[in-house]
Order: sequence, then C-alpha cells, then structure tokens
Amino acid sequence: MRDTTHMDVSYVANLARIELTDEETELFQGQLDQVLEYVEQLNELDVSTVEPTAHAAPRVNVLRSDEPSASLANDLVIGNAPAARDGQILVPKINEQF
Amino acid sequence: MRNIKQGTEEFRSEEMLSTKTITELMGMLAEGECTSVDIVTDVLAAIDARDGQVGAYLTLDRNSAWAAAREADAERAKGKTGLLQGVPIAIKDLLNVKGQPCTCASKILDGYTAPYDATVIAKLREAGAILLGRVNMDEFAMGSSTENSALGRTTNPWDAQRVPGGSSGGSAACVAADEAVAALGSDTGGSIRQPAAFCGCVGLKPTYGRVSRYGLTAFASSLDQIGPLTKTVKDSALLLEAISGHDEKDSTSVDVDIPSFGKMLGENHSLAGMKLGLPKEYFVEGMDPEVEKAVRDAVEHCKGLGAEIVDVSLPHSKYAIAVYYIIATAEASANLARFDGIRYGMRLNGKDPVELYGRTRSAGFGPEVKRRIILGTYVLSSGYYDAYYLRAQKVRTLIRNDFSEAFKVCDAILAPCTPTPAYKIGSKSDDPLKMYLDDILTTPINLSGICGLSLPCGFSSDGLPIGLQILGDSFREENILKVGHAYEQTTGWHKQKPIFSRNM
Repeated sequence: MRDTTHMDVSYVANLARIELTDEETELFQGQLDQVLEYVEQLNELDVSTVEPTAHAAPRVNVLRSDEPSASLANDLVIGNAPAARDGQILVPKINEQF
Repeated sequence: MRNIKQGTEEFRSEEMLSTKTITELMGMLAEGECTSVDIVTDVLAAIDARDGQVGAYLTLDRNSAWAAAREADAERAKGKTGLLQGVPIAIKDLLNVKGQPCTCASKILDGYTAPYDATVIAKLREAGAILLGRVNMDEFAMGSSTENSALGRTTNPWDAQRVPGGSSGGSAACVAADEAVAALGSDTGGSIRQPAAFCGCVGLKPTYGRVSRYGLTAFASSLDQIGPLTKTVKDSALLLEAISGHDEKDSTSVDVDIPSFGKMLGENHSLAGMKLGLPKEYFVEGMDPEVEKAVRDAVEHCKGLGAEIVDVSLPHSKYAIAVYYIIATAEASANLARFDGIRYGMRLNGKDPVELYGRTRSAGFGPEVKRRIILGTYVLSSGYYDAYYLRAQKVRTLIRNDFSEAFKVCDAILAPCTPTPAYKIGSKSDDPLKMYLDDILTTPINLSGICGLSLPCGFSSDGLPIGLQILGDSFREENILKVGHAYEQTTGWHKQKPIFSRNM
C-alpha cells in the first residue's frame, strides 16, 4: 500500500507556488504529517457503495438570462493592479525568446 | 453630540444607545426617541473607549458613518423605513464594499480597494443599514481564534487574556462589547457560531444557498455562508431577513421564499408540539463539564417550555473534522490560487511569473494559510485524489444522511457549540491539529448544508460565556429561531454584559 501519511512538503509547496524557508518546510512537514495521520480514520469506513457529495445543495445547469450588461470599469480594475501601463496589467516577461 | 461620561457604570447604563438591540432601536427611531446620528455617536464612543483593548476594528471610516447616519435620518423623515433603517452594522473584512479595502486580514491584499458591493452589502444598503467599519478575522477565515490575523489582535470582551474565537472573532467581539449593534460574519466550519459562543452573543449560519455569496472572498465554496452576529435571536432573524434571497450572481443561491423571520418571533414562548433532538455524539470526550451541564440544563428548560425531547443519533459525527479539513483545504487551494500578485494586492517581483508567484505568496500568506493551501493541493493531487478527496466527499454523504434521518423525527436539534469556553491566547496556536479538533461540533453543519444557531446558555465558573447550538434542517431557519427566541426570552442570559475596567 502507498505511504499516504507522508507528503513531500517542499514538492507540494512548489506545486502550490509557495516558496518556503527551510524552517517552514520542517515545521509544516511535522504538522501536516500529524493531520494526515489523523484523517486516516476515514479508512475505517466502507464507502464503496456511497455516492460522493460535492455540494451541500446539489444544483445542475444553473443558467441566467443571456443579456449583455456593463462590466466593471477599466480604471477600477486596473487601479488595483500592482503594476499597470496604458490600461493594462504589467507582468514579467513570459516567453524567453522575445 | 451628547455628553458621554467616562467610567464603567455610566457606560453600561441604559442611556447608551450602543447597548440596545436592533429591535429596540427600530422602535425608538420610529417613535422619534432617538436619531441614527445619536446611535452612531454612542457606538463610536463605545469603540473609542473599548477597542484599544478589544481590537475588533481594522478600519473605521467615521466620516462615512456620520454621513450615512444623516442620510438614514433624512430618508426616515421622508417616510423610508427600511428593515434596518439607521442601524449601524460592522462588516467582517472579507466582504467587498465598493471603495473600501477588503484585506481578509492578510498582507497579500495590501492596497486592494473593492470595485463593487457584495450582494449582502447592497441588501444592507437597501434596508437602510449604516456600514460601520471592517472587523478583524483569521486570515482568509482560516482559524478558530482570530490569532491568524496578519493585521492585529482581537481579544475576548469577557477576558482580555482569552481569544474571541474565530474566524469571525472581530464580528463577535464588537457585538459583545457593544461596539456595534450587529455584525456580519461568515461561517465555513463554525466561524460565526463558535466566536458567538465564546463572546456570548447570537450567531447564525443560514442554510447553504439562503444568502448570496457574491462578493464574499471565497474560502471553501461548498461550505461558506454569510450570516449575522447579534445581541438577540430576534435581531438575528431581522438581519437574516435583510440579507437573504436568490441572486443571479451566485449560482448556488437558491430561489426560495424569504419568510418574515422577525415577525414570526412574538411573545408566546411555548414550545408545545415541537420535537427537539438530542444527539449523544455531541457530548464528546474531553468536553468541559460546565459546558455539558449548561447545555443539559438548556435542554431541560426547553422541555419546561413544552418541547418533547427525543434521542437522535448522528453516528458519523466523529469523522467530520477529517472530512472537513480535506474538503475545505482542497477548495481553498483552488480558491486562493487567484492571489498571485498579478491583478491586485501585493507583488514581489521575479525574473518570470513563476518566481513572482512564489515570492508573492510566500511573503503575503501567513503560516496557517500556507499550511492549508499545501494540504489542499496534496489531497487533490494525482495519485492521492481518491484516497483523500473522493473518500472525504463520500463520508460527507454519510454525515448528511445522518442529519436527514434525524430530522425525520425532530424539528430541531440541541447541542453544545464548543467543547470548552474561550481559551487563553497562545494556548493552541502552535498546534494546528489541536485547534482543528475543537471544530468537531460545528463542521458537520456546514458539510450538510443545514442551518445552525448559537446563543448564550450560561457562564463557566471563570465567568466565560457558554454557547448552545440549535440545528435545523435546510431552509427551516424558522424552527431554530423559534426555539432560540423562546429559550432566550425565558432565561435572559443575553442581558449579561462584559465589564470593562479602566475608564470604560
């Protein structure tokens, strides 16, 4: 059986785009291992015939009327960006070739 | 402006409008006995006197509160009598109010200004309420003590050495300290009911879908619900009525009638004909005996009011914490991906976007938020999804089914809200699992989507409030409000107020 009570915290933190210090990695490793060990108790239950619940009040295909309406004003939205120019959000270069 | 004398007795006197309930103030306003400006004056004075100790408010715009009060008075003079006309309400700092910050008590939203109103805020405005200020919370609503706020410490009004509970700790503390007439909070796993229990006020988590979540900063979308924190059950009913309703902007909001919850609660406090369930699983091991006694006394009291008490069983309750911390963190890891330093809030630059994300999120999120995002990412990751997330969703079904069965034989369920009264600041903050385990009595309600009310049912020998939880089936808020109102009005615990020393 797979070792499900131990996760590689620094690997998962990288997936979540969170940089951790060595101290944080060590601290979280211990704390999260404890939590994962705790949730192992769910294995006591036979859930092979149980349907999963994704939502407290299941709803499907919720549609609203398809009518155009005003969006948020550009200056309100761009005004929140940490860096902007000409009504657009500035980000670091994404493509190495250009 | 009326003269406010310094000193405890003066401040606690009946003269202060800040001590009144919504219901009382609406009556006084209607009779012309006070104005909304008078109310705001007294509430701001209470904040000035007490918030240095309590630390509930993160931002308070006095000028806009005054302006709103004058406007509410002017509207009333012209005949407008909204459901909350002229009543100041404090707002948990994760609800968007146009033009105001919305920090979620996190550094990562530094500099953010909300570009729109949450639906509940629009509804409060429509009802004539005054938006008073923004109150503290655990960062992104993750926590049970408000110690996870990156922006300040909130203390319990009954004992400044103790936590106010969380995550809506600021909302509960400001209401208990009479620093607001009422407040809005949000409840994902107990975040309204538990701080209400710790601070001795009334907290209601409405049925999932009753209140629109549009404009609420999402933590766990299948569990989050906005609700009121108030001084009485009737106030809770009024505020619930004001914020309820179907909203096109939240696809999970449900199109059901909004009963006049406030008007349902009258002078007849008989519970004859009502069946109240008592789940043995909620008297958990390690529960403070004083809490258990207070709750059992409350059950006897309800029996005295004519209710029939029936034993019910919620056999999967003990799995709720495990299920909750898998599902809530999974959803949080997805919801909080939006805080990436690109579109709003803080940014730490990097040579490419990936480095920018990592640096920004590392500096912007506090430890509990990081832990939960990492856990949530893990339980959703390839190879572990079935073992954790899918299994948790299946056990969630079993927990829901327990309640469905229970509500076949009773109209509402009585239970404790927390295993212990408020604990000392710092006593659990180093041990996340220990803190999580305290949510055992509140998380099943969110997992099932049903409604739950917490209200005072006594005090510990240390003088700390104890909370009674009343649970109702989906869209049966009227049942829990009726039981809560009858219990409250025939006991009077809600009339007790914390005493502030030092010229307060």
